[in-house]
Amino acid sequence: MKKIFSRPRSMTDKPMHFCPGCTHGVIQRLIAEVIDDLGIQEDTIAIGPVGCAVFCYDYWDVDFQQASHGRAPAVATGVKRVHPDKVVFSLQGDGDIAAIGTTEIIHAAARGEKITCLFVNNSIYGMTGGQMAPTTVVGQKSTTTPRGRDRDLAGYPVKMTEMLSVLDGVVYAARVSVHNPANVLKAKKAIKKAFEVQLRGEGFSLVEILSTCPTNWGLSPLDAVRWLEKNMVPYFKLGEYKVPEEKKHEEIAVAEVAG
Amino acid sequence: MGKVLMKGNEAVAEAAVLSGCKYFFGYPITPQNEIPEYMSKRLPEVGGTFLQAESEISAINMVFGAAGSGARVMTSSSGPGISLKQEGISYLAGAELPCVIVNMVRGGPGLGNIGPAQSDYFQATKGGGHGDYRVIVYGPASVQELVDLTMDAFELADTYRNPVMILGDGILGQMMEPVEFSFPENSSPAPKPWSTSGARGRKRNLVTSLYIVPEELEKHCLKLKAKYDDVAAREKKHESYFADDADIILAAYGTTARICKAVVDQAREEGIRAGLIRPVSLWPFPDAPYNTAADHAAAFLAVEMSNGQMVEDVRLAVNGKKPVHFFGRTGGIVPAKAEIIAEVKKILGGGRQ
Ligand SMILES: Cc1ncc(C[n+]2csc(CCOP(=O)(O)OP(=O)(O)O)c2C)c(N)n1
Repeated sequence: MKKIFSRPRSMTDKPMHFCPGCTHGVIQRLIAEVIDDLGIQEDTIAIGPVGCAVFCYDYWDVDFQQASHGRAPAVATGVKRVHPDKVVFSLQGDGDIAAIGTTEIIHAAARGEKITCLFVNNSIYGMTGGQMAPTTVVGQKSTTTPRGRDRDLAGYPVKMTEMLSVLDGVVYAARVSVHNPANVLKAKKAIKKAFEVQLRGEGFSLVEILSTCPTNWGLSPLDAVRWLEKNMVPYFKLGEYKVPEEKKHEEIAVAEVAG
Repeated sequence: MGKVLMKGNEAVAEAAVLSGCKYFFGYPITPQNEIPEYMSKRLPEVGGTFLQAESEISAINMVFGAAGSGARVMTSSSGPGISLKQEGISYLAGAELPCVIVNMVRGGPGLGNIGPAQSDYFQATKGGGHGDYRVIVYGPASVQELVDLTMDAFELADTYRNPVMILGDGILGQMMEPVEFSFPENSSPAPKPWSTSGARGRKRNLVTSLYIVPEELEKHCLKLKAKYDDVAAREKKHESYFADDADIILAAYGTTARICKAVVDQAREEGIRAGLIRPVSLWPFPDAPYNTAADHAAAFLAVEMSNGQMVEDVRLAVNGKKPVHFFGRTGGIVPAKAEIIAEVKKILGGGRQ
């Protein structure tokens, strides 16, 4: 019989700890597939977050450093400066990257660190049991917004990809989602592009991936993907916010004005 | 290489470069700015990287990444910045990553001031960050010793896979003295097969301080304890100055120890048998010489630029055999020879003033 589907080579066979229906596992797999497609398993150093993805070193068979909460981009910077010829990427949740670690991500991006940051936005603090995240949408209930996020009290969700894409050090910035098969395929393409930007040594790349949290949202897996589509996608608009070509065009445009 | 006149901060930086330190991550703060400034100029000359981080938190985490990748790496700061580094230091200790951290201590607490101080002793030697860990701490007392101990620090960090701290102060960092750089024997560190470099032709490496299963974390902590016991058994360092026949033993480190030497000299001229035991390693603290001296000395006097921190270690070492007194100035003030001598006379019976 012909084998048409198998586990990516850079993925271990360890059973995942994610809750049933959580789309985190899909994202972990996509990353492993991209590592395989690019043939970089032996040249990759991954940096893990504190959050639900904290055990991702159990699932990827690559060199790995476990960072403290929010500091993955700084750790990745240290790694990349020592090993500029290796592929260095981080995986972070929304609390990790958009609350406690905003300083680290903004400055790694501004420096144009030749690293890739993958950001899983599930609009909640998953690991600590469902508290409000910087990306919790207005009106969304969490254990610390029991009446729903109140914009007067807690303000508005942080749009990281939009914010980061204005920085000159950022070469590629995209927001994707994994709530249905078509979007899963798009997400994989974006992750691959981000790694390619790094492989070409062009600068900083970021992919924000919208993901579900059935457990802490209090929804069935199916309702969770529907909720994501209805409540997150309209606020966190999908698409490529910055691509390498645009950067080139910008530079040409500036050069024309200047010259 | 002959003697050169150098500022303490620059001498530390050069010593690091000669020790094979190729990476420096830091954030400006007085009184240690000459270290990053020197590194920004010097490291590119040896194919290394200097990076000014956006905060001390970022700097120490860059140190984590570089140390985990097998490089010799250093960061430096002063009080407020070292406070911000504590989370990272705990993670470095937990993941057993070697690195060197310099604290040119200034007056605290809070923003305090930029005067010299020794009030970060507790933070440096008793933990500072969370969890059951130890940092090896040296307290140099001259620019030459800053150089020599910095070189030792890189060796020790690699040997024990542990952060090592150089605890200086504003005076040591700023003053100029002639120094000689003896080239360290081992300026190209031994390979670190545990580090992350891409799993080419080997099993992948994992750098982490996470042990989610309690039995595994306990095992890890016991392994760390065994290492710290080993460090404590082998790496204690001190200097004795006229301590053998002394009636009163001064205990002081760093800048304060230099003043206390002058105190001992003058006391001896006046017929008072004073001596000094100067800890060079602050953790592990050299307790034995104090305990031995307690057999013949009548009293001890700890002198610090703080409200009394190291004095607790002296008391533990003396273990109740003799009284341990304290004299300190704080807030960026350096104790004067005359006031320490007055204190010595007071302890020894007052009348001779
Ligand atoms: C300094 C620090 N503060 C708080 C925590 C507790 N903590 C662990 S995970 C987490 C939030 C994780 O949320 P997110 O980054 O959104 O990731 P998720 O779990 O949703 O994947 C927090 C606050 C910690 N480990 N360290």
